[in-house]
Amino acid sequence: MSETLPESLRNNPHPDRWLRFGSDRRLRLAIGKVELGQGAPTAIAQIAAEELDIPLDRIDVLAGDTEAAPDEGQTTSSRSIEASGSAVRAVSAEVRARFVDHLARRLNCAPAEIAVQDGAFHRAGTPLGQDYWSCAQEIDLTAPATGTAATKPRSAYRVVGHAAPRRDLPAKISGAAFIHDMVLPGMRHARILRQPSREARLAALDEAAIRRAAKGEIEILRIGDFVALLGTREEAVQYAAAAAGPHLRWEGGSANPPGAEEAAWLPSQECEDRRFGSDAAPPPGRVLRATYSRPYIAHAAMAPSCALAWLRNGVLELWSHTQGVYPLRAAIAAVLGMRAEEIVVHHVQGAGCYGHNGADDVALDAALIARAQPDVPVRVQWRREEEFGFEPLGPAMRVSISAALDAAGKPIDWSTEIWSASHVQRPSSGGNMLAHEALPTPPPAPRASDPPEAAGGGGTRNAIPLYDLPTHRILHHLVRRPPVRTSALRGLGALPNVFAIECFMDELAEAAGTDPLAYRLALITDPRARRLLETLALRCDWATRGPGGQGSGLGLAWARYKNRAAYAAVAVALEVDQEVRLRHIWCVADAGLVINPDGGRNQLEGGIVQAASFTLKEQVRIGPEGITSLDWESYPILRFSEVPPIDIALIEADDEPSLGMGECTIAPTAAAIGNAVAHALGSRIRDMPLSRDRIMAHLLAG
Amino acid sequence: MDREIACTVNGAAMRIGAAPGTSLLEVLRNQLDLKGSRYGCGLEQCGACMVLVDGTPVHACTRDIATLEGRAVTTIEGLAGHALLAAFLEEQAGQCGYCLSGILISAAALLAANPSPERAEIVAALDGHLCRCGAQPRILRAIARAAATLRQEAAQ
Repeated sequence: MSETLPESLRNNPHPDRWLRFGSDRRLRLAIGKVELGQGAPTAIAQIAAEELDIPLDRIDVLAGDTEAAPDEGQTTSSRSIEASGSAVRAVSAEVRARFVDHLARRLNCAPAEIAVQDGAFHRAGTPLGQDYWSCAQEIDLTAPATGTAATKPRSAYRVVGHAAPRRDLPAKISGAAFIHDMVLPGMRHARILRQPSREARLAALDEAAIRRAAKGEIEILRIGDFVALLGTREEAVQYAAAAAGPHLRWEGGSANPPGAEEAAWLPSQECEDRRFGSDAAPPPGRVLRATYSRPYIAHAAMAPSCALAWLRNGVLELWSHTQGVYPLRAAIAAVLGMRAEEIVVHHVQGAGCYGHNGADDVALDAALIARAQPDVPVRVQWRREEEFGFEPLGPAMRVSISAALDAAGKPIDWSTEIWSASHVQRPSSGGNMLAHEALPTPPPAPRASDPPEAAGGGGTRNAIPLYDLPTHRILHHLVRRPPVRTSALRGLGALPNVFAIECFMDELAEAAGTDPLAYRLALITDPRARRLLETLALRCDWATRGPGGQGSGLGLAWARYKNRAAYAAVAVALEVDQEVRLRHIWCVADAGLVINPDGGRNQLEGGIVQAASFTLKEQVRIGPEGITSLDWESYPILRFSEVPPIDIALIEADDEPSLGMGECTIAPTAAAIGNAVAHALGSRIRDMPLSRDRIMAHLLAG
Repeated sequence: MDREIACTVNGAAMRIGAAPGTSLLEVLRNQLDLKGSRYGCGLEQCGACMVLVDGTPVHACTRDIATLEGRAVTTIEGLAGHALLAAFLEEQAGQCGYCLSGILISAAALLAANPSPERAEIVAALDGHLCRCGAQPRILRAIARAAATLRQEAAQ
């Protein structure tokens, strides 16, 4: 039976790893996916409440803990509801069945005669005077799950499918709620003086000058080229770190070549190439081509990364806002030469990360200091310029598409060529944590690699167009040595690929003299995709769309995330003069069975705003010495005054499996903006960001 | 070398000993254990550290504690019971939540001065605040909701 178990339950088959009935008449649900500000633990608790018939407010969730929670790998790729949710549904149903079967045997009745209401057992409408807690001692929750228990039919759902408030939000609006707010007894604050690049060696360190800048007592810890400032007063180490720059002399390290910050630089670089799709040569005939690009972008979390560490009695305890406590534990153990069992990692919430940012790096910073100072708890907080300067970036991408057209202007063959650096260099995927490269024996530079297609791909994510095309082929150039460390950022390659595909579809429609929506619908047979676009067209009043070129535009785009997860279609109304002003955004999404509709809408909305920010404003600046956009002025993001009203509609698809909604709006939003800007201008800009500078340059080149 | 500053924090009279140049944010977070005011940039660019000084929103990250003699400081902890907090929960106006305490401070100052703000006025009051998660539409709705609640209470 175990092959029928959801993957997370197969990997963690003991129900007591997930569910524990406490003496306080509460249920402790432990999961391996963590809260990243997206509300997944709230939705997963709804699933447990539903299957067990326990009120939601009597469930506590422990999310991400190597001591007490199951190992569910990383919290990524919009898979928390899919992976953790399905495991919790199965294990909750099985635990419920064990209790019910136990009572049925005792009462000599059929299990079907026993009902559960608010955690208490009933027979023929009469309370039995027993509940989960009173029976808990008699039930074995250590025996592995079998996957044989039936889950509730969807028609019986009373909790799933209804809005539930986020469990973590009250604390976040009223006071201490984040890892940054943790205090351990006798804790030292720490700041790091970072190696500017992996080859740079620290030639001189003027400790006296740095101590003077601290205006207070500090200690200086040096391990190879890793330098930490420690003190009991946070502001002393903050001042010292801010003033330390001139007092360190670094030697070595290679300068970035000019132009390396632009996507246009990528094709000149050494790449590892992969081809897939049709082997046949493109047919002869009329061909249309276009090239699109996105520059390097930053996660740019609101809070600089933070971690706490404490080495006591040979055990290193870590508190981290990592996306994966078990992979982090393994990575830290490998660097420190410790056994995984000697390290405990607790997830504590941080600011939204949107992918692989500095969270794991700062955890290694803290671990290194804690190991050097046994018994002293340490809290490391990155500075703002450190977060912008050293987090892994979303890689720049360049995407060229060519399509062979039939006489009616429909594509009969499609080729995509993609240039991108790696999209995943987590420590668990062959990447290095920053401080590891500063140690006396640094690891080799990571080999360029990208997630396999089975995991949704990286640079090739969403690269295959979901249109009825007889043949398509993809050539993926994985750029080996980008000027900066790159890794996972919300949606990976989906945004640049869908921007290219969906902008190109508008260009093909225009060449064919056809309405862009009608052009698409003629090439889509998937009924869910058709319903999505048809619903969107009604909501945004597509039929009244004007000819364009007059400064105001309406554009649309759609995608199915990873070509197999949630569907989203987005329409954008905007105006363009010297810059783009968003006027209204509509979104229609189909994510199968929705667990928490309000939480889902929040994710769709947030994805739209963030994608609008990526598309209109964001580009990391990279100079010879490294990243130069180190604050919110040099790396502007969308402000309140730039966010338009957003209209969200969820398609009812309760019979379809649940699909995560955190990333599905990212790519279509970018493409819809691209298409709306082209509609407004009467000409197309193919390189992101569609910033004021780019619009002005385009208009001047007119 | 510490200097003593007398001020009120969330209505309570305080005598705060701190070296000149110490930021209000450092004092709030690490001396007074008021963790609701957050470090985001230290540059007055993001608004995560916003507090009220005599009713006006200021950035605590750069505000020298020595300038607060005789002043009244209000942090998010001092807004307990404010209609804004309930409205933010009603609208589920947030994702990661790191920006929210600062935004609530600016919103409280806005509603104290203007009980019926238009959308554009709410936007203007918040334009110095960044929210990376994209919760802006909900935050705007929550502030409008709180304003309506306060007007209703005032009318009763």
